[in-house]
Amino acid sequence: MLEIENVSRVFAARKGMFGSTPGVRALHEVSLSVRKGESFGLVGESGSGKTTLTRQILRLDTPTSGRILFEGEDMARLSPAALRALRAKVQIVFQDPYASLNPRMSVHDIVTEPMLIHRATLGLNRQQRTDRAAELLELVGLGPQHLYRHPHEFSGGQRQRICIARALAPGPSLVLLDEPTSALDVSVQAQVLNLLIELQQRLGLTYFFISHDLGVIRYICDRVALIYRGEIKEQGETQRLFDAPESDYTRSLLAAMPPDVGRVAGR
Amino acid sequence: MTALLDIRDLHLSMHSFEGAAKVLSGVSLSVEKRQIWGLVGETGCGKSLTGLSVSRLVRTPPAEYTGGQILMDGTDVLGLSEPQMRALRGRRVGMIFQDPTTNLNPAFRIGTQLIDVALAAAKHDPAILGLEPGAGRRARKAAARKLAIAMLTEVGIPAAESRLDDYPHQFSGGMRQRVLIAMALIGRPGLLIADEPTTALDVSVQAQILTLLKQMVATHDMGVVLITHNLGVVAQTCTHVAVMYAGTIVEKGPIEAVLADPAHPYTQALLRAIPDRSVKRGQLQGLAGAVPNLIHPPPGCRFAPRCALARPSCLEGPPPVHTRAPGHAVACPVVEEVQHA
Repeated sequence: MLEIENVSRVFAARKGMFGSTPGVRALHEVSLSVRKGESFGLVGESGSGKTTLTRQILRLDTPTSGRILFEGEDMARLSPAALRALRAKVQIVFQDPYASLNPRMSVHDIVTEPMLIHRATLGLNRQQRTDRAAELLELVGLGPQHLYRHPHEFSGGQRQRICIARALAPGPSLVLLDEPTSALDVSVQAQVLNLLIELQQRLGLTYFFISHDLGVIRYICDRVALIYRGEIKEQGETQRLFDAPESDYTRSLLAAMPPDVGRVAGR
Repeated sequence: MTALLDIRDLHLSMHSFEGAAKVLSGVSLSVEKRQIWGLVGETGCGKSLTGLSVSRLVRTPPAEYTGGQILMDGTDVLGLSEPQMRALRGRRVGMIFQDPTTNLNPAFRIGTQLIDVALAAAKHDPAILGLEPGAGRRARKAAARKLAIAMLTEVGIPAAESRLDDYPHQFSGGMRQRVLIAMALIGRPGLLIADEPTTALDVSVQAQILTLLKQMVATHDMGVVLITHNLGVVAQTCTHVAVMYAGTIVEKGPIEAVLADPAHPYTQALLRAIPDRSVKRGQLQGLAGAVPNLIHPPPGCRFAPRCALARPSCLEGPPPVHTRAPGHAVACPVVEEVQHA
């Protein structure tokens, strides 16, 4: 479904008023393939290139070399109109549900906006968009009674549900989840993770799940890749990677993980 | 023996336009030397306010202490004057916070900032610098500089002497947190309050900082209150744990006892929400319902509205605290009955 082939991204050296910054090799020969219907996890520390890679997939940034194929098509070769149509198929949920919702828009406007942008692809009229927004809210565990409220009236977990509804609005097949639960409390995180699992089963979605929380990755992902300083250090089935890590980096990362709470207690 | 820190039945209200929110209702916690207490709970449960209260950094008003005591080595912090508090902060209580970036002044070299703290602490206790009383300004400054270097070395900053002249932006997040730990410990406090010290850090750096904290407890004979929402961090670091919910401590005790035998329904729910190794996909259990409104809190047990075991008697009054095992206290009478039935 998503093929990333030898993608590199180099941010060029710059000379500015306060001296020059050297070039940064943010991604180096990254190759990944995400299968249809799976949850693929990308794990890395801050500054390892997770977000840069996400930006390449969304085509918000252009790789220095390499290519990204979505459903067999090279994104760089698409016409602007075709790219726009394709963007309906690839959506994202961000980390901070407080910062990623416009406080001046109602939930209705937030959720229908992507449908308005992609109206050429979706072909929904105003009434249909409102109906679909209400359906989406129910799908994520809210309801039509929430349509005309504003983001400040919701808790963090509810806001993240709104973000998920917005991402689902244009009918994507691939959803990028950029640390979707790291701003939430554990009990709320559990609810959101279960919602994501349920939505995946119901809608046949493919997830590209970015996180630095290995526990969350282990819970939700079928396969995982570890990125360190712009290079993929290891990738494979989640279970295998956690049970029998092959690279030293993976081993050191697993060793740094807080222990299972139950195991400390000797249960 | 008097405890290092003894919080007794602390009540704190926050005045707002809608009324007074009872943000802490009867918090009791006693910390001794060499103990690391994990204070856990979800956003808004009062764990940070408990920590801030110890150094009396909660602004009054809007806050108001409506009852209880905070005893530091036997003296009630709530009765001290502001100058007395200033002598206590940094000297007897050190604090570190979540975001190591915003807690250092970007415009000053870290050496300057550390030396300032050392000199300020020395005003109250000249012994910190290892000088005779009445030593000259220059001697004090040189001694403070030496102390700063020693502290930085101790918290694991290589080439400490040359790094004194660096600015905060020249350090990574983990290194900044080390600088802040050095700064908090420079006045040799008996108690350290660490408020989410690793939340902004990567797991590998987090593990290093937590190991450092444990070392510091051993070498300096301190007590620590580690505030966090991550039970994994508590399991990794603490000797004791107190679980907070809506301004009350619902369960507390030695770490092994509480994790092996979590008794309060809220503690159990919290543990079930963690994606541990053994949890299969889709089996994680969230906690239904929402945190209660603290302006009009539910009568009786504050967890009752979300509790599976709740019965009418739970709403009648504050739940009695009973001792489950030595040192392991639980504010829920129902669990005991259910388990003995």
